[in-house]
Amino acid sequence: MISKTINLTLKVWRQGRKEPIGRLETYQAKDISTDMSFLEMLDVVNEDLTKAGKEPIAFDHDCREGICGMCGAVINGRAHGQEKKTTLCQLHMRHFKDGDTIVVEPWRARAFPLVKDLVVDRSALDKIIMAGGYISANAGGAPDANAIPISKEVAENAFNAAACIGCGACVAACPNASAMLFVSAKVSHLALLPQGRPEAARRARAMVQAMDACGFGNCSNETECEAECPKGISIVEIARLNREFFKSEFS
Amino acid sequence: MNWFFELLRASIGKKLLMALTGLAFCLFLLIHLIGNLTLYGGKDLFLSYVDHLHALDPIIRVAEIGLLFFAVIHVFTGLLLFWQNLQARPVRYQVNKNAGGRTLGSATMPYTGIFILGFVVVHLLNFHFIDHSQQSVFQAMDTTFSLLPYVIFYTFAVIVVAVHVSHGFWSLFQTLGANHIKYMPAIKGLGVVLSLLVAAGFGFIPVYVSFLM
Ligand code: SF4
Ligand code: FES
Repeated sequence: MISKTINLTLKVWRQGRKEPIGRLETYQAKDISTDMSFLEMLDVVNEDLTKAGKEPIAFDHDCREGICGMCGAVINGRAHGQEKKTTLCQLHMRHFKDGDTIVVEPWRARAFPLVKDLVVDRSALDKIIMAGGYISANAGGAPDANAIPISKEVAENAFNAAACIGCGACVAACPNASAMLFVSAKVSHLALLPQGRPEAARRARAMVQAMDACGFGNCSNETECEAECPKGISIVEIARLNREFFKSEFS
Repeated sequence: MNWFFELLRASIGKKLLMALTGLAFCLFLLIHLIGNLTLYGGKDLFLSYVDHLHALDPIIRVAEIGLLFFAVIHVFTGLLLFWQNLQARPVRYQVNKNAGGRTLGSATMPYTGIFILGFVVVHLLNFHFIDHSQQSVFQAMDTTFSLLPYVIFYTFAVIVVAVHVSHGFWSLFQTLGANHIKYMPAIKGLGVVLSLLVAAGFGFIPVYVSFLM
């Protein structure tokens, strides 16, 4: 198969580790195969920059197959680009036209301090998990599989919530920089299963408190998060988080 | 009492306050609208409605104090959330685009809210804080809506209320945790119906009074 190539103009946010504020810089991305992913396109640009003796663009990535949650940038105002349910590493250049200008910005939130260029520090999400995103299991032999029966419906709902890869696109896309979709996915996935029930009340409270303490904004049901989530997490999870939170506060 | 303050400190607790007070205002709007619809039945019907309302005076007093209390909570919590949300993103995006979730209503909540606060003050000055021994509510309406700027202002304000409700109504159910794939479409539909009722029902009153009566 012979792939098409396109030429693009990139406007990329550049900001050094010590710089208080950055700026958009313009680069040309030439002869980009439309079969490339967005990150591969950035690799090509970085190669050119390195050859020209310039600092390459820093960006986060790991699996490059849409499952780890490391990658992410705001492409023309859209988290992970304009395609639905797609991470940046799975956004292919065939969705762009020859001659397009693409603005690339990092996730923007007070809770995600910028490290360099497109790299932000998302350890706030880890702090929320540390506050309660786990179940406590006493050590011992592995329990029998299927010892606790779980209906298909519950298992499916829990699995849908568990699909969250912690990429932070929901925060980036939220007009209020709120992390409610992420927190709700984590709380839901454990609260739905019997193994997660004993700690459900403590978990919901602790994770919401950790979320607030990290400096995220307040959810106002804009629903931009569910529209941008690469894993299709629904705001139904946020409603469930609210219920879990009220239950724990009023009991 | 500790749990109560913990609840209010939490982001979800403030959301709960907005939802509960918002629900009260939705109910109030509906009752206010049903009452005002008597106007379309002519002056006599409207005045008899006003009389019946005043027969319930003690209940009305309690409701007024309740609404005032809710308004204070709704306005202050709303402003606090607005301010906190601005702080949560100190560096804004160069390019802003919707992913399709945001609506006119949701994107303008704080602004329509502040406008409605101003409108409610004007509205109360026009109809509530007047000397009721000198003129009936009907006369007050007649004088107010004989001025074209008032007709335009009231009609516009009612549309703004409808826009506010278009996000507020379904949103309050989501906040209370009542979101289910099966029922949410119905709740959203009800929200649209309520907004349209508010816009049409209240919106034509100034025009009706000033041009058709
Ligand atoms: S909820 Fe979706 S957008 Fe948010 S962190 Fe999880 S996968 Fe990413
Ligand atoms: S690099 Fe792993 S999800 Fe994109």
